[in-house]
Amino acid sequence: MEEINSLMHGFSVALTLPNIGFMLIGIFLGVLIGVLPGLGGANGVAILLPLTFTMPPTSAIIMLSCIYWGALFGGAITSILFNIPGEPWSVATTFDGYPMAQKGRAGQALTAAFTSSFVGALFAVLLITFLSPLVAKFALQFGPAEFFGVYLLTFCAFIGMSKEPPVKTLASMMLGFALAAVGLDTVTGTLRMTFGSTELLNGFDFLTAVIGLFGIGEILLTMEEGLAFKGKSAAIKFSVVLETWKELLHHGKTFVRSTIIGCWMGITPGGATPASFMAYGMARRSAKNKDAFGKGEIEGVIAPETAAHAAGTSALLPMLTLGIPGSPTAAVLLGGLLIWGLQPGPMLFVEQKDFVWGLIASMYLGNLVGLFVVLTTVPWWAAILRIPFTIIGPIIIVICAVGAYTVNNAMIDVVLMLVFGLLGYLFKKLEYPLAPLVLALVLGKSAESSFRQAMLLSDGSVSIFWSNALVTTLVVLALGLLFSPAVAWLRHRGKEAH
Amino acid sequence: MNKSLIKALGTAFVGLGLLSAAPMAAAWEPSKPVEFVVPAGTGGGADQMARFIQGVVQKNNLMKQPIIVVNRSGGAGAEGFVDVLHTKNNPHKIIISLSNLFTTPLATGVPFEYDEFTPIAMLALDQFILWVNADSPYKTAKDYVEAIKSSPDGTFKMAGTGSKQEDQIITVKMEKILGKKITYIPFKGGGDVAVQLVGKHVNSTVNNPIEAESHWRAGKLRALCVMDDEPLPYKEKVTTTQSWADVPTCKSAGLDIDYLMLRGILAPPGLKPDEVAFYVDLFKKVRATPEWADFMNKGAYKQQFMTGKEYSDWMKAASAEHFKLMKEAGFITK
Amino acid sequence: MTQSTQAEPTLRRRGPELGVALFLLALGGLVIWDSLRVGIGWADDGPQSGYFPFYIGCLLSASSAFTVVRTLLTWRAHEEEFATHDELASVMLMLFPLVIYIVCVVEIGLYLPSIVLIAFFMRRHGNYGWLRSLAVPLLTMALFYLIFERWFLVPLPKGPVEALLGL
Repeated sequence: MEEINSLMHGFSVALTLPNIGFMLIGIFLGVLIGVLPGLGGANGVAILLPLTFTMPPTSAIIMLSCIYWGALFGGAITSILFNIPGEPWSVATTFDGYPMAQKGRAGQALTAAFTSSFVGALFAVLLITFLSPLVAKFALQFGPAEFFGVYLLTFCAFIGMSKEPPVKTLASMMLGFALAAVGLDTVTGTLRMTFGSTELLNGFDFLTAVIGLFGIGEILLTMEEGLAFKGKSAAIKFSVVLETWKELLHHGKTFVRSTIIGCWMGITPGGATPASFMAYGMARRSAKNKDAFGKGEIEGVIAPETAAHAAGTSALLPMLTLGIPGSPTAAVLLGGLLIWGLQPGPMLFVEQKDFVWGLIASMYLGNLVGLFVVLTTVPWWAAILRIPFTIIGPIIIVICAVGAYTVNNAMIDVVLMLVFGLLGYLFKKLEYPLAPLVLALVLGKSAESSFRQAMLLSDGSVSIFWSNALVTTLVVLALGLLFSPAVAWLRHRGKEAH
Repeated sequence: MNKSLIKALGTAFVGLGLLSAAPMAAAWEPSKPVEFVVPAGTGGGADQMARFIQGVVQKNNLMKQPIIVVNRSGGAGAEGFVDVLHTKNNPHKIIISLSNLFTTPLATGVPFEYDEFTPIAMLALDQFILWVNADSPYKTAKDYVEAIKSSPDGTFKMAGTGSKQEDQIITVKMEKILGKKITYIPFKGGGDVAVQLVGKHVNSTVNNPIEAESHWRAGKLRALCVMDDEPLPYKEKVTTTQSWADVPTCKSAGLDIDYLMLRGILAPPGLKPDEVAFYVDLFKKVRATPEWADFMNKGAYKQQFMTGKEYSDWMKAASAEHFKLMKEAGFITK
Repeated sequence: MTQSTQAEPTLRRRGPELGVALFLLALGGLVIWDSLRVGIGWADDGPQSGYFPFYIGCLLSASSAFTVVRTLLTWRAHEEEFATHDELASVMLMLFPLVIYIVCVVEIGLYLPSIVLIAFFMRRHGNYGWLRSLAVPLLTMALFYLIFERWFLVPLPKGPVEALLGL
């Protein structure tokens, strides 16, 4: 097969001792970036870029893309240990990862997260290797209506099943949408809800909100237990990795389902964030014990991590073939390509075979090296939880403040973080679910603009949402998911009546 | 084993640990990293140019401190401009400008003016080309113009970057000339716009050359005409049959539109002359590199370099022109 | 009214419940008001800027109004606890320093307040010795400085003290 030959050639390009050294550096920096909210891939690439000019483009892009993998791995660490998601796609990981850590199963949660990331990414790379031309064609099918279909599907997969009172779920989600709407309306160019403030021009940043709601909110909740709070001690040994792997074998279905969701969302390119939420929602729907979710169920870690990384990896394909970067980090990689005179686009695969296959080979290797690096550090990360709260508590606050400030280099975000923190505490106490708020905040704006772009295309006719097979499938699936709990409930009632 | 690789690896390790302290020199130079603000999203024309400059400067060691590119696209770029405006006298921040320097204050009412910034240099002017999908039946601009004229209002869809910005201004101009309504659909960035056209979700775009070049080369798009008074000068073949120079002017097809976009550098208000001189000199050096020539060629830019008074005069004229255009299109907020 | 059987004094849930719901109701009102300003209609080319936000505001107001009314109707019967006074006091132990910390960060930069915050917690609540209570925050912030400013070139906010040290 042609692909196999090309890939083998790619491996011979990528697999040299110095290249493996570059991978280690990249992964290390990437993990650091992922762990500390406030450091972005852009910073990491910026400091490495000058070093890369002395090396061949392939080595350079290997090192830079390893930052990408490292950051993907690292994002899960703070989500699980401190309930602070550093990246949008780690939010869903906090839902069960943090409770797991609270129960003293941090090692298991981290191992599950890292392994899932690896599995998701591996399958996505396989997809890129063998199906890239097909995949690129599929991505082109996505116009505004199809994008809206994807967002709708994400919302529907996720909502409708929460344990919290429906009225409060609704309020929480609407608050998320309202916050997302602040700033410029991209379709008409009108400013909304900024009330003349220049600070609000860009709306509410997701990171600020999440650091406050989850990070600070959680600290306040923890304080209720008083300062008697001691580190959650758990036996931390390397064997935890092997034990967790044994446990993971029982969750094959979740892996398969989440990988499919992730790859599909990555190439559309709907992105890693919707993928992680959707996979989490689907895992909970199909689980036997739905109530265990949100309390430290390992599947609740596997699903979002697998999907997010399958998506994050397959999203590199549209970047290479279409020139659309799926994330800020990917955008920096794009800049790297330009500097070496490599114009991303449909011709890259034809004109720069060596480079492209070297990169693809490095995706396999980078992930493997990354998995190895992060797994060996699992006990160390888990050990952080043994530090008494009187030390780690204020340090977490400092990390949160730094993270909020660096989002936009603006003090207003530090203040907003505090407000969101208070809100997060009150919401948690009063049973307002936070997940719908975050989901709406992340996807609200995109969902609205694709809906309105679709309306412009169809001259205001809603029929565009069932105008072709693809979008019809998406919408029908979404509505099916939305109403399935109601149907199940009715059926249940029907049975009881007999 | 490859020696240069080992060496590079060595440098990488050393570079990770240390960072050179700021050296003292007679003339002013940056003492810390320079923030390069892009008032637009990732992947678009301005973003590509900024990231390219970042690389060229570091590759050729034109500056001791690194450049860090920061995208601040909120409020149609207002966020980026306001940010630079507020950091008065800070010589470690520069911004790359596109037409939203003139259009955004008019469209959103966010108060900032082009003449509040310290002008550094105009690097080039960007062209606009009318693109259609290569599978569409329109071989020339004339075909397309006739098709629009003979169809009902709103049959044809134009995708563009942002709302009430350059792409929509051009669309409104086309509507005026043709006497037909064209539906304009705004997207986030130039890259998305080009892909929407490749995917046949819209009929045409007015992408900048650099944004659509790779799709053109791959035979997915067709360049109908360029919105300038003369064809492009680049004669090297891009596709199998065509070079940029082969794209006719829109004027020749009865679509009399002439619109060029600024790709220039501005700095916060109140920069000292020696600080300005440093940046002017830096960009002169950037323009002298072979990479820059390649970049200009690939993106079919109109090469014009201006600094000082000449540059601010140009901006003054451009500002007045945009006011007129925006007013005609009805895009001005109160 | 039934007497609370708990020995501990508690804050009942109805107060915070009402407060949060009123806050959300007000936000919803603000959203509706601004949406009306930018137009909530369906123009010939699809929905206007305020179309979606308007309904979002309506739903937000409606759902919070529901909570407000329900809380008020069951005000007397509402015995559920929000938190015990002890718990609240404990939360305040964190909230007060946190608020002061944020104010200080805004005013004089990040480093000094962070050192004070960590040292305060270690000394006051952790009962660590002075040496450790100073060494840990100093080392932590030095690490922050190295990683962010030296290595990743991310400037963090600094105030007059850092300027004196020439950082």
